[in-house]
Amino acid sequence: MTAQSQTVGAGQPAPTSPRSHWREHLVAWSFALPYVLLFLVFMAGPILVALFTSFTDMRVTDIRNPLDIEITGIENYAAVLTDARFHKAAANTAVFVLIGVPLTIVLGLAAAVGLNQAVVKFRTLFRVGFYLPVVTSIVAIAVVWRLLLGTEVGLVNAVLASFGIDGPGWLNDERFALWSIIGVAAWRNLGFLMVIFLAGLQTIPKDLYEAAEVDGANSWQRFKGITLPLLRPTMLFGFVITGIGYVQFFEEPYVMTEGGPLNSTLSMALYTYNQFGFGNYGYTAAAAFVLFIAIATLTLVQFRLLRDET
Amino acid sequence: MSSLAPGREAPAAIPVEKGGRTRPTGGGGSWWIYVLLGIGLLLLVGPFIWMILGSFKTTGELRQVPPTWLPEQWTTANYEDLFSRQNFVRFFFNSSIVAFFVTAGNVVFCSMLGYALAKLSFPGKRILFAVVLATLMVPAVVTFMPLFVLVANLGLVNTHAGMILPFLVGAFGVFLMRQFIGGIPDELLDAARVDGAGEHYIFWRIVMPLCGPALATLTILTFLASWNSFLWPLVVATGEDMFTLPVAVAFLATGQQETNVALLMAGSVVVILPILIVFILLQRHFTQGIAMTGIK
Repeated sequence: MTAQSQTVGAGQPAPTSPRSHWREHLVAWSFALPYVLLFLVFMAGPILVALFTSFTDMRVTDIRNPLDIEITGIENYAAVLTDARFHKAAANTAVFVLIGVPLTIVLGLAAAVGLNQAVVKFRTLFRVGFYLPVVTSIVAIAVVWRLLLGTEVGLVNAVLASFGIDGPGWLNDERFALWSIIGVAAWRNLGFLMVIFLAGLQTIPKDLYEAAEVDGANSWQRFKGITLPLLRPTMLFGFVITGIGYVQFFEEPYVMTEGGPLNSTLSMALYTYNQFGFGNYGYTAAAAFVLFIAIATLTLVQFRLLRDET
Repeated sequence: MSSLAPGREAPAAIPVEKGGRTRPTGGGGSWWIYVLLGIGLLLLVGPFIWMILGSFKTTGELRQVPPTWLPEQWTTANYEDLFSRQNFVRFFFNSSIVAFFVTAGNVVFCSMLGYALAKLSFPGKRILFAVVLATLMVPAVVTFMPLFVLVANLGLVNTHAGMILPFLVGAFGVFLMRQFIGGIPDELLDAARVDGAGEHYIFWRIVMPLCGPALATLTILTFLASWNSFLWPLVVATGEDMFTLPVAVAFLATGQQETNVALLMAGSVVVILPILIVFILLQRHFTQGIAMTGIK
């Protein structure tokens, strides 16, 4: 450790003297600096620029001369909020979140409760299998399900046909496309929630169940009276994380339906991305901030609803 | 409502799952639970098996009605096509190099900041942590447009650097490392300080070697996120030579030419396979990471 003695000196013997504080702070900041610099340039900066851009008429052609743009006030926001296609995207996103999040939570909880009953030696197998879709690229999963649900090689309809059921056009019928995508999202994410709920279930003291059993509570009553209330914080976390992810759903419609048919799977994120593709940067930023506000509102509402029932 | 008091607290104490620990089992597990779990497993894993088997079939066989399960005639033509005609060697390289540098950056820089936040004092510490955490909420869709303008002005569109730089640091890593380093006893660090060790020495030689589990988790989850990321590579990789695997597969799926189903399946397998192997080998780290950080 003698090799390091040059960095010592102002340190330990008198850590309270103002001079050593100053040195200490400098050392601490040297640890924070690389992160903070990258953070300012690639995160904080772009957020502020996006906010500013949303009040301008910036287009792709202004990339090199950002000073050429004009401030147009809330024009972009007004245009976004009155665009019928955006209304459609917002409605689709709302359905995706309001149906998809609870569906995923219920499936994840069911898997966790089931797995919690299983014998330990099987648990790893099931956990790995259920978690597999979570670690897989959404693009690859969207491709697989596009083929499974599609008309070209559609395995799902082939299976249904063998039972004498004539399956619908899951992805090319506007009545089914969004529901199909919700199903795929729930399929992919339930393993994530399962793991979270499994961790939550383990914090519930065993004697609570034993006491309830002695009192004659059946398994459903024990689930409702003990498991659900004690999982509340875990549920809140699950709702918030899943909600934040689902509001931004993008890859699934991009790969599976390209937003169609008839915009029935157009999401707010895909709408925003399309505007970027058209080169309307000011408009893109405005749409992105509307989405951001939606995310913040949703998170806040979830905290309010689930934090405390009273 | 007082009986719910434990439930209302922040779930800080939820432990990482340890194999073999006893826990509430509602009656030892009835057979129908295994049936239901088995059906679930089939539904979740089945599509992957179908895809892997399908990638060894010919296009003709894939379009056959009724569909086959096992390939009637195994063929590696799809993979040969991917790696010779479709440039997938290049895409694989792009994905790897981006994920490697993004992971390295996060491991080093997030650990450094995590150490400063957990064990050192400096003005602005609390605000810094709050700001970093707040950005966890900011969706990628807000920043990608100004990031693209920035990267364009730096002349980094369609380069590896352009794909890597914006993701060298992330709030998740700071959160995880601060949490973990906070658990290292101060006495250990103080003892080293008394012996005359500087903070950088302490960080690299004492703190980092103790962070094994957290670093493993951070490495795996960052690599995974980078390997699977789509929106940013889609925006920055304007030429085919810079495509990452997900972008390439999405391009195969949505391109103008008629979709080659067999090729698409093989492409998806190439995206998934490296992650699949790592996941099966290190699955404990994946799920531990969620328990370790996910729930605070």
